Amino acid sequence: MKDGSQSAGTSDRALRVALAGNPNSGKSSVFNSLTGLHQKVANFPGVTVEKKTGQCTIYNSSTGVPTRFEVIDLPGTYSLYPKSPDERIPFEVLCDPHNPSHPDLVLLIADGTNLKRSLFLASQVVDLKLPCVLVLNMMDLVLASGTQIDVRDLERRIGVRVVPINARKEEGIEELKQVMVGATPVPEKDVLETTELAPKLIRGLRDLLKLRSDYSAMQIAQHRDSLGQFGFEKQLIEEAGQLIDSTGFNLEKLKSYETLERYKVIQEILRHVVTDPKTPRAPGISQRIDRLLMHRVWGYVFFLFILFLMFQAIFSIAEWPMNFIDETFAGLSELVREALPAGMLNDLVVDGILAGIGGIIIFIPQIALLFTFIAILEDSGYMARVSFLMDKLMRKFGLNGRSVIPLISGAACAVPAILSTRTIGSWKERLITIFVTPLMSCSARLPVYTLLVGLVVPQGSFAGIMSLQGLAMMALYLIGFLAAIGSAALMKYIVKARERAYFIMEIPVYRTPRWSNILYSILEKIRIFLFDAGKVIIAISIVLWFLSSRGPGSTFSRLEEQHDFLEASANTSHDSLAKLQSEMLATSYAGRIGHWLEPAIAPLGFDWKIGIALVTSFAAREVFVGTMTTIYSVGQSDEDALTVREKMRSETDPISGKPRYDSATGWSLMIFYAFAMQCMSTLAVVRRETGGWKWPTLQFLYLSALAYFSSLIVYQVLS
Amino acid sequence: MLCETKRLSSLHQGDSAIIESFSDDRVKQQLLEMGCLPGEKVTIDRFAPLGCPMAIQVNGYTLGLRTEEAASILVKPLQ
Repeated sequence: MKDGSQSAGTSDRALRVALAGNPNSGKSSVFNSLTGLHQKVANFPGVTVEKKTGQCTIYNSSTGVPTRFEVIDLPGTYSLYPKSPDERIPFEVLCDPHNPSHPDLVLLIADGTNLKRSLFLASQVVDLKLPCVLVLNMMDLVLASGTQIDVRDLERRIGVRVVPINARKEEGIEELKQVMVGATPVPEKDVLETTELAPKLIRGLRDLLKLRSDYSAMQIAQHRDSLGQFGFEKQLIEEAGQLIDSTGFNLEKLKSYETLERYKVIQEILRHVVTDPKTPRAPGISQRIDRLLMHRVWGYVFFLFILFLMFQAIFSIAEWPMNFIDETFAGLSELVREALPAGMLNDLVVDGILAGIGGIIIFIPQIALLFTFIAILEDSGYMARVSFLMDKLMRKFGLNGRSVIPLISGAACAVPAILSTRTIGSWKERLITIFVTPLMSCSARLPVYTLLVGLVVPQGSFAGIMSLQGLAMMALYLIGFLAAIGSAALMKYIVKARERAYFIMEIPVYRTPRWSNILYSILEKIRIFLFDAGKVIIAISIVLWFLSSRGPGSTFSRLEEQHDFLEASANTSHDSLAKLQSEMLATSYAGRIGHWLEPAIAPLGFDWKIGIALVTSFAAREVFVGTMTTIYSVGQSDEDALTVREKMRSETDPISGKPRYDSATGWSLMIFYAFAMQCMSTLAVVRRETGGWKWPTLQFLYLSALAYFSSLIVYQVLS
Repeated sequence: MLCETKRLSSLHQGDSAIIESFSDDRVKQQLLEMGCLPGEKVTIDRFAPLGCPMAIQVNGYTLGLRTEEAASILVKPLQ
C-alpha cells in the first residue's frame, strides 16, 4: 500500500486486520463472527501473550470480487499506554511499523453504551494514522436505553467510517464486511493535535524514524527505556534515544496532559453526537443481581455453590461419555488385535498407539465441561465479581483479587492460567500467583483422580444426594487449593516487593453468555489438548511400550522365547502365560527403572509399576493413566480386554495377597499427583513469564518436596 | 451544596462526589485513562464484604478499586 491506504484488491497476500478495543467491548464476538471456525491461537513472537488470528474471505456484494483477510484479535486495553505485559501488545503492533503483525486496517471495537471511554483508545489509534473503521458494538443496548447516536455526525467529527453493529445477534456484520472490502483511507485530521505539546521532540523523532504520524512519534518517545524492542535499525534507535534525552521532556506529565486533553475533545464530540447524554447505561438489573451475588454472606455462599456444582457436574455428568469412550477403545483394541497378524506390529498398535490415543480422548468430556463452566463465568461478567469479593481475602495470602481467575483457570490447565496472571499489575502478587497456581488440580490430574477415586472410594451417596466419589474429588481440589494459598502465605514473607500493589478493574454489567463464543473457546481448548498434549502423550506411550516390551540382558530374551513357545502351543494354561508375562515386564527396561526407584518410593506405598508411571509422568502427569494402561496391557494376556480400572482393581500385593490399590496407597498416590510439579509445559511457561530459570527451579524443588513428604505422611498414617 | 475536599475512600455507600485531583501519580494515569477525570461525578456503589475493595459508578460504568487507590482520589462530596 504505497499511499498508505488500504484498497480492496485480489493481491496474493491477505490483508491484515487488527481488532482493537477495551476489555468487555465484544471484541471476541466480532472476531468469531468474522472468522468462524477458521481461527487459531498462537503466541506473539518472543512473548507468551496469546495471539488469536483467523482467516476470512469476503465477497464484494456489488462486484463479487473476493478479498482475503487475516484477522488478529489484540488483547483488550483501555489505552495505548501499556500498564501490563498484555497491554504492550496492542501498543507494539499498532505503533511499530516494523512489527510483523502491523495491520493494514484496524477495526476499533467500541462499546456503544460506554462511548466516552471507548473513544479514548479509538481516537489514539486514529491519530496513529492507520486506516481505521470505528465499530459501534452493543447498539441494541444503546437503543434500549433511549440514547441516540448520530452516526454520520460522529463519522464526520472523528474522521473515520463508523459502523453500528450488535455482534451478539450478528446484526450489522454484513455491512461491516462490505466496509472492510471497500477502500479505507488513512484518517486525515488528528482527533487531538499533539505536535505542539513537544514540537521539537515529536517532529524530530518522526523524521528520524520515518513514522506515519506525529502521534506515533509521541507514543514511541514514551517508551524510551524499551526502544530496543522496536523493529528499527540499531543506529536509528540509538539516535532516537539521544534525541529523547536531549529534549528533556517530563514524559509522565506529557502523558497525563494528553489524557486530559483527549477526554476534553471526546466530551466535545459526544456533546454534539449523542442525545440524552446522561449516564448511558441503566445499571438497574446488574445492580439488583449484585445485591444478592455481592452480598456479604450470600455472595460467598453462591460462589461456593457454583464451585460445588462445577465439580459435581465434572464427575457425574462426564462419567457417562467417559465410560463410553473407555469401552469403545477396549472393543476397538480387541478388534484390531484380531484383525492384524500377531506380532510386533500388532502389539505396537494395540498396546502403544491405541492405548495412548484412548488415554487422551478420555479426557475430553471433563475438559469440555470444565471449560464450559469457566467460559460461562467469564463471559457473564461473574468472574470480575469473584475477583472483587475475594481481593481482601487473597491479599492476606500475598495474592490479588485477580489471582482468583488464574487459580480457578488452574483447575483447567496451569499454562493458560499462568498466562492470565499478566493482568495482575504488581510483580510480587503476580509471582506468588504463578508460583502456587500449579497446586490447583488441573484437568490433567482429573483422569488420575478419576481412576484412583474409582478404585479406593466406594460408590454410594452421602445424605442421599451427593455422590461419595464426587465428594472425594471435591476434597482433592480443596486440598490443592489449601496448599496453594498456604504456600502463597509462606511466600508473602519471602519475596520482596518491587513496587506497591494495586487493583483497579472494570466490573462489567451482567450479560447472557454468548454460546458461540463459549463453543469456540471449548473447541480451541480441546484442540490444543488433543494436538499439543496429545503428541507428547502418544510419543511417551510408544517409548513406554518399547521399554516395557523389551529388556536388557539374556534373562529377558530367555523369558521371551519361553513365552512365544507357550503361546504357540495349544494347551497352555492361562495362568502360566500371565505369570510369564508379568515376569517379562519386571525384567524389561521399564521394569528395571521401576525396581531401581522402588526403595525411594516404597515408604510412600508405591511399587515399581507406580515407579514407572512416576518416571513417565515427569514430562506430563496425564501420561499416568496411559502408562498404567500400557503396563497392564503388556502384563495381561491378550484375551481379556479389561479396562485399566478393572485391571488395577484385580492387582494384588504379591507378599500380603491384599489388593495392591488399598486406600493408603490410593490416597498417597492422589496426594502425590495433587502436589507434584509434573508438567514440562508449565515449567517452560514459568521460565518465560519470570524471565529465567530461578523461579521454575525453586518451584520444581518446592513442589516435589511437598509432594514427597505429604504422600509419606498420608501413607504412614493410613496404612 | 459542596463540602470540603475528602478522600474518596472516606465516603459511604450511596454517597456521590465530584473528582478534584489525585494525590498519587502512579495510579493517576490509569484512573484518568479509565475515565476518572477531574470534574466527573462518582457514586459509591458498594464496599466488598471485608471493607475493601470498593465499587464506584463513574463515567457510566462500575469500577472496582482498593481503598488505598480510592484514597488517592480527592473529591468534593455532593449532598
